[in-house]
Amino acid sequence: MYNVSFPRMGDYDVPAKFLLTHVLNVNVISPPKITERTVELGTKYSPEFICTPFKYTLGTMIECLNKGAEILIQQGGGCRYGYYSELQEKILKDLNYEFKMVNLVTEGKLRIKRINRCFKKINPKYSKIKAIYYTFITIKMIKYMDKIDEYIRENIGFEIKQGSFENIKEEMLIKFGKVRSYHELKVLYRNYLNRIRKVKIYKPDDRLKVGIIGELYTVMEPYSNYFLEKELAKNGIEIKRFTNVDYLFFKKGKRMRKYLKKNKYVKYSMGADAADNVANTEYLCTHGYDGIIHIKSSFCTPEIGAMSLINKVADKYGKPVLFFTFDTQSSTAGIKTRLEAFYDMLEMRRKI
Amino acid sequence: MKECYLGVDIGSISTKGVIIDERNDIICKSYIWTEGNPVKAVRKLINILKKELPENCIIKGIGTTGSARKLIGLMLGANAIKNEITAHAVGTLSFHKDVKTILEIGGQDSKVILIRNGIITDFAMNTLCAAGTGSFLSSQAKRLGVSVNDFGSYALKSNSPVKIAARCTVFAESDLVHKAQVGYSKEDIIAGLCKSVVLNYLNNVCKGKRIQSPIVFQGGVSKNEGVVKYFKEILNEDIYVDDNGHLMGAIGIAILSRKNKNGKSYSLDINDIKFETKGFECTLCPNNCEIVRIIKDGKKIDSFGSKCGRY
Repeated sequence: MYNVSFPRMGDYDVPAKFLLTHVLNVNVISPPKITERTVELGTKYSPEFICTPFKYTLGTMIECLNKGAEILIQQGGGCRYGYYSELQEKILKDLNYEFKMVNLVTEGKLRIKRINRCFKKINPKYSKIKAIYYTFITIKMIKYMDKIDEYIRENIGFEIKQGSFENIKEEMLIKFGKVRSYHELKVLYRNYLNRIRKVKIYKPDDRLKVGIIGELYTVMEPYSNYFLEKELAKNGIEIKRFTNVDYLFFKKGKRMRKYLKKNKYVKYSMGADAADNVANTEYLCTHGYDGIIHIKSSFCTPEIGAMSLINKVADKYGKPVLFFTFDTQSSTAGIKTRLEAFYDMLEMRRKI
Repeated sequence: MKECYLGVDIGSISTKGVIIDERNDIICKSYIWTEGNPVKAVRKLINILKKELPENCIIKGIGTTGSARKLIGLMLGANAIKNEITAHAVGTLSFHKDVKTILEIGGQDSKVILIRNGIITDFAMNTLCAAGTGSFLSSQAKRLGVSVNDFGSYALKSNSPVKIAARCTVFAESDLVHKAQVGYSKEDIIAGLCKSVVLNYLNNVCKGKRIQSPIVFQGGVSKNEGVVKYFKEILNEDIYVDDNGHLMGAIGIAILSRKNKNGKSYSLDINDIKFETKGFECTLCPNNCEIVRIIKDGKKIDSFGSKCGRY
């Protein structure tokens, strides 16, 4: 039995672990939560001007290898993300780690045949029927998680007892990881949805609403955006965020094809989520949101291209946009000052 | 008894304090260097203000802003602790009701605030780089052997400013050394520096922002006539520089503290209060957060800096 591990992003290690354990019959080492040490390790061995998610994932990989992982799983995407796997493998091999790197995605596309081949390498006897069944459960699990997350994001700023949402969510994630059948998952989901809806909140009518858009890893991994959502919630702001795994895999494609046809800002895909973020900006501007926060990691090229368009769209609707670029060395004081000022500005605009 | 309000703006380089009355008129003001020790600087500042304050005045509110606002806010027991962007906008609006753009270049940061119809509609702050801020100018002044206060008059003497690559502080410095060694006059180099600050600011901070007049230019760097001249030249607009431009943050926060007043009176006797901060590194998890503890008279009053919320 191999020890398998993968980089971390948000809470998605729970469904990933679930899928790999059941399908491949391997021992999954859960990637540890990102800490200062992870970032230090990642920064030390990464090229200086690589985008920041590379540093975070490399750091996690080193930590996993130190814990005894023998196989690492990495994906790729439509920007520099596509080269992560090869580069990271090279860097780690140069550091004298013995392991196998499995890249599930090449050329920005997820192909079932290729995944089949990859899985066969890890466990030649794995059952395809089982794989289909557990993939289905995993997809559902991700959908449920994202739905619950969305509800929490909208309401966490207004909870009466601090931390009540987070406690329920943490408990839910542990239970989700131990699920055995689809039926069980569904029951659990309904159960937790009910509980989370019953959490007492006080939501004033004139609350501020802010949309968060940006580069996918920085948006989804709270450590890499310096817990921006938590900071906003503390100020009693309702948060809307499009990007989550469910959206990226199942909704984005269709929505983008529709948007590219009828809008006047983007005519073709700009790589990664750039065009998507322009679409989201337009949505947020026209659906009563007070402001937009755009976050990206340093050196994220697609988002740099999107920024000028986002400015243009927001300018047309007269909505303010706050741009953040996060590096591994950002100072929290600066982020807090800007957020505070942004919040004050939204309040002032509201009063008129 | 006349009610008045104290505003303190603790920046990276300088500490500013004003006391205003109900009608926003300045009763007394002070401007001193922070010298890396905000607590000491504020003590000195308060002592200066106390001497100037007429006897019939009573402090009804204290506000703090600037990078050390939290610490000093706790020390003074302030009733308004706000970021410098809001403070500057509020302060400026009380003097120039029709302002549309505020350019502000301080010691460590530079920002642009857009105002339409009396409210902030957009702002930007320098993000990754400190090139083109006050501290850059003062360090270059030292290199050239010129006092920062004379920088502006030197710049005005030049007719042909040299071009300096000011995208990055480090590169700008090496370019400057090169230009000096080629033999350019000091005036031309200083003028070039002032111009590069303006260009850098407009290209970095104001990117994508629509700058409309009336424009007010503030912050420590606004005292530099050279920078003002090049702003006028490049923007082709009239730039308004207030005599109290460097105090706007302090005035703004004093106004905010008035709006936030709670009926309490404050005393300015802080000399006897023992006030210290202790920093330590928490080693309970690999995050190794730097925790700052604030101790007043031997009692812990607040601590911040932890990621998990333990402290």
